[in-house]
Amino acid sequence: MKAIPLALTALLVVAIGISGCTSVTPAPTPPAAQPTKPPAAPTAAPAASAPVGGRLALVKSRGKLICGINNAQPGFGFLDKTSGELVGFDIDFCRAVAVAVLGDAKAVEFRPLNTAQRGPALQTGEIDVLIRNTTWTSTRDTSWGLFAPTTFYDGQSMLIRKTLNAKTLKDLKGATICVQSGTTTELNLTDRMREAGVDFKPVVFQDADPTYSAYEEGRCDAVTSDMSQLVSRKSVFKVPGDHVIMDLVMSKEPLGPEVPLGDDAWFNVVKWVIFITFQTEESGITSKNVDEMLKSTNPDTRRLLGVEGELNKGLGLEKDWVVKVVKAVGNYGEIYDRNLGPNTAVSVPRGVNKPWTQGGLLYAPPYR
Amino acid sequence: VKQSTAVPFWRDVRVLTALSQVAFVLLVIVAGSFLLGNLSTAMRQRGLASGFDFVNLESGFEIGEGLISYRPSDTYGRAIAVGLLNTLLVSVLGIALSTVLGVIVGVARLSSNWLVSCMAAVYVEIIRNTPLLVQLIFIYFGVFLALPPVADSLEFSGIAFASRRGLFLPRPMPSATFDLWLALIGVGVAAALIVWFVLSRRPATRRTYWPVGLALAVLLLAVAGGWFLVGSPPLTWEVPVKERYNFAGGIPMSPEFSAVLFGLVLYTAGFIAEVVRGGIQAVRPGQVEAARALGLDEPRILQLVIFPQAMRVIVPPLTSQYLNLAKNSSLAIAIGFPDVFSVGSTVANQTGQPVPVIVLIMATYLAMSLITSLLMNLYNRHVQVLEK
Repeated sequence: MKAIPLALTALLVVAIGISGCTSVTPAPTPPAAQPTKPPAAPTAAPAASAPVGGRLALVKSRGKLICGINNAQPGFGFLDKTSGELVGFDIDFCRAVAVAVLGDAKAVEFRPLNTAQRGPALQTGEIDVLIRNTTWTSTRDTSWGLFAPTTFYDGQSMLIRKTLNAKTLKDLKGATICVQSGTTTELNLTDRMREAGVDFKPVVFQDADPTYSAYEEGRCDAVTSDMSQLVSRKSVFKVPGDHVIMDLVMSKEPLGPEVPLGDDAWFNVVKWVIFITFQTEESGITSKNVDEMLKSTNPDTRRLLGVEGELNKGLGLEKDWVVKVVKAVGNYGEIYDRNLGPNTAVSVPRGVNKPWTQGGLLYAPPYR
Repeated sequence: VKQSTAVPFWRDVRVLTALSQVAFVLLVIVAGSFLLGNLSTAMRQRGLASGFDFVNLESGFEIGEGLISYRPSDTYGRAIAVGLLNTLLVSVLGIALSTVLGVIVGVARLSSNWLVSCMAAVYVEIIRNTPLLVQLIFIYFGVFLALPPVADSLEFSGIAFASRRGLFLPRPMPSATFDLWLALIGVGVAAALIVWFVLSRRPATRRTYWPVGLALAVLLLAVAGGWFLVGSPPLTWEVPVKERYNFAGGIPMSPEFSAVLFGLVLYTAGFIAEVVRGGIQAVRPGQVEAARALGLDEPRILQLVIFPQAMRVIVPPLTSQYLNLAKNSSLAIAIGFPDVFSVGSTVANQTGQPVPVIVLIMATYLAMSLITSLLMNLYNRHVQVLEK
């Protein structure tokens, strides 16, 4: 029940927005009113905000990056109890983009969005980038926005009580399964169950908090989502040991940042900020040794850190942007360890989320 | 006379009135077309094709409960229809139950019994002064999901069960003698109508019998007598049976459905109670005193004097409450009940077409509300005719 106060607040805000009673409280999440009437308000804004200079110029002139995030997933985006600030894997990538463009890790306005709000927020250009454990699919690539490189390769699974003793999907015949609406998991669940010829009852919630609360309260036999989310949510259950993630992968879930359609320059910036975090890990550049690395004689490293060449110009960024990014948030490995590493409460094994040189899937094209 | 014709048209009230109306209509048209134009331009810019072609595509998602059969291989259109029927079910049941509860509480508030009127007042004030969404979430998580797990379900005489998987009630199933029983009930209805017709046509001086009461008694006799006359019971009960995960059979009421229904009924009944109380108090005390002076007994005063006059005041605000209930049912999305709004937002997400889907949902609620208003306005006219 730990999540209940949070669930209450989040739900309230969302539903107040949905019910259109916007005069009751000034909703902290402006896109809350989006699902009811996406076109009206923001139409004028993007027309003006897709200016000649594009979104890169817009972000620079605004002095702030607007990043759509998830604020309810420990390890990826969550409010840190001691500092009162948002922390997490996705949050750090927002900060990395902000550092690259504005040179300041604090120059980010975080917009917490639920799964239903994120698509319209991108379509209307209300956010600059969405970094919110969003699965790359062709529909979203063409109708929501463009996906930058995948930052987390995930797969869908099922969280159940240990006492249920289910091994395969067939064991879940007749089960009730909690799932969040507006997700790829909702569709995968139906697909895999149809494939296995198994009937089930879904209980569909709009937000993550009630989804997991309802499961924990025993409304559902299982809850399904991306493995990373299940691990993260399980870590904050009352008795995490009572629950187990089934040993099955129901889908491919490449999670990554997404930018609004129709702005190639901005897409390039976000894309290369991600690639740079991959490349710096591969090259052994960390937030600790980056100053020494500046003196390196290796031409690749010198180009990467902006000592040689003017690769930054094509992207429209400062000469030392890579150095700043690495100093502020570190390379991919550092970001991962800080938020999801073995010393964190969430602790997700890295799996394929390793550089290709170590047998993983992280592969950055040459920066030259 | 000559002076009045000399008034220039810009000072002629009739002309000004007409002109101002024309100007207003023009303003509305201009503003409306600007907004529509803005919408379609913006949608074109973002590649959000409008149109409703998607309703014939395969949906590919499952829905938890519904009145009509639905498979993931059905279309988006059918998915929305499932949601719409769920909304209608909650709305119709909600309106019926909240009216009953609201009238009881409203009358109770006027009771001369201190405890009864106080309890009614406390109920109304608590319900009216807390937000519906909070109540819904409380009822869902705090009541229905706080029931015991399936293994230790609450049992009611072994035929009905309550657990955090929902309420399971026995379902009446017609047996072989059901048709015969139905025929006997038909005869009973006819007999009851005849009794009522004959009794209510008797001269006023001899109208001491209760025409409605006697007719109902005849009907009840037919129903009950028929049950035993046909031999074996015409209805058997399908009792829910426990399976691996949950009960099967009977009438299942999911926690989501139950929470939405209870929440809406409790909330709306609070408002209806006030409407009823206001209506009754709007009848002047002199009317009651006059009726007493004529020697009418208390039930007759309620039936013949207070009620007809109170209805004129009650019906219009009651209509608003019915409309509110239907629209408030969209809050079901917060607790996972697949109503039309919840299913609609899933569709909007899966198709990436929020605008057409929202337009569809708005049109649905508009149609529902307009039909409700139409019916209530007809009833209102019927009630108002009584005024002389």
